[in-house]
Amino acid sequence: MIAIIDYGAGNIKSLQFALDKLGKNSKLTMDPEEIHQADSIILPGVGAFKDAMEALQRYKLDTILKKEAASGKPILGICLGMQLFYEFSEENGGCTGLGLLSGSVKRISDRVKVPHMGWNILQSNQPQRLLHQLGENPYVYFVHSYAIDELEEKTLVASADYGGRVPAIVQDKNITGMQFHPEKSGDIGIALLKNYEEMIS
Amino acid sequence: MLAKRIIPCLDVDKGRVVKGKKFQDIKDVANPVELAARYNREGADELVFYDITASNEERNIFLDVVEQVAREIAIPFMVGGGIRTTQDIHSVLHAGADKVSVNSAAVQRPELIKESSDKFGSQCIVLSIDAKRTADGAFHVFINGGRKDTGIDAVEWAKRGEVLGAGELVVNAMDADGEKNGFQIELTKKIADAVNIPVIASGGAGKIEHFSEVFAEGIDAALAASVFHYEEIPIPELKEYLSSQGIPMRRKA
Repeated sequence: MIAIIDYGAGNIKSLQFALDKLGKNSKLTMDPEEIHQADSIILPGVGAFKDAMEALQRYKLDTILKKEAASGKPILGICLGMQLFYEFSEENGGCTGLGLLSGSVKRISDRVKVPHMGWNILQSNQPQRLLHQLGENPYVYFVHSYAIDELEEKTLVASADYGGRVPAIVQDKNITGMQFHPEKSGDIGIALLKNYEEMIS
Repeated sequence: MLAKRIIPCLDVDKGRVVKGKKFQDIKDVANPVELAARYNREGADELVFYDITASNEERNIFLDVVEQVAREIAIPFMVGGGIRTTQDIHSVLHAGADKVSVNSAAVQRPELIKESSDKFGSQCIVLSIDAKRTADGAFHVFINGGRKDTGIDAVEWAKRGEVLGAGELVVNAMDADGEKNGFQIELTKKIADAVNIPVIASGGAGKIEHFSEVFAEGIDAALAASVFHYEEIPIPELKEYLSSQGIPMRRKA
């Protein structure tokens, strides 16, 4: 069972519908025992970084996520969920994140329209199982105003080009992040979720 | 590079897709869930639903349809029509929409944009502007399904919408709606030049070239209804043509 962390973050239903298509059983939960029993965890997220961190802290989910991460359980963060893995975001005047990954989150350059909204091409930064068989120019759907700025280069799997380099997929051991929405990225998104599920199973 | 978006729009009344001209003369077209599945399959980049129903009971039917559609598709899904409160927005997002468009209620109470973007994030609050050129040559914002001229300048309202927190704009050119003579490029470009958020052109698409015209002006996305519903312009062919014109398009793998 996949535990989708339910802390009031936006449209989680679509994520469940996508996992249904892959025949993956998932459950929206904030129950520590259920999260502990789950095979893997997905941290979704839309909205503001600070609000999301406060919500996680309110339900003690920050501690639980750190504990599960340390135990080696696969955790996938999507969109803001991925940003929350980092140490710090400058959103809303600055806020500390979960610190599961080293680096920080910064606003996208105003030289381009913000939010970065729409379909953009994933460019591979390293050969990786996650990127198997996506075909030429795999377009995925992004909606975000902030992006990962500093990170450990070896964790960068794929990126997109928008007012500079936008980290799109990051991975460090059991922690994986996708800045775009795989559940909203058509067949490519479903293929990415399938690759991910195969990789962790 | 960010692809330009092709967005079919479904006007839904009592659980069915309908189509009108200049916001009137409404006809029944199709089952929304079937049509949505078709667009998802054909490579539409996003899907828009407008609820044109009136009563509360019909609103609940509509929310059911939103949920059924969300289950069928794996592309972004915007829902609008009759959205008045943050509670309405919550209901629609909860039913499986990714974005909600606000229109008349935002004109009457602009704080709705700020409250809802603070609460749900700018990325899911779309300001939809119904605009028409008036006797003095300026484009005014109309509300209540295009029946009432507010006297507000459309470009100024778009700028204010951005400041209040809208993450995207839809520019519905009322004169062009259903006429199939092309998008209202003058107004849409004026608005796109005045803001730094994505702008969707809506109303007037009749042939393939109308789409290349609007994208050549730097507009981010184009919305249309009947040319897609009746398969006058198949989406795969449209995308192939635009791609051949050098316009970045997401193509099916």
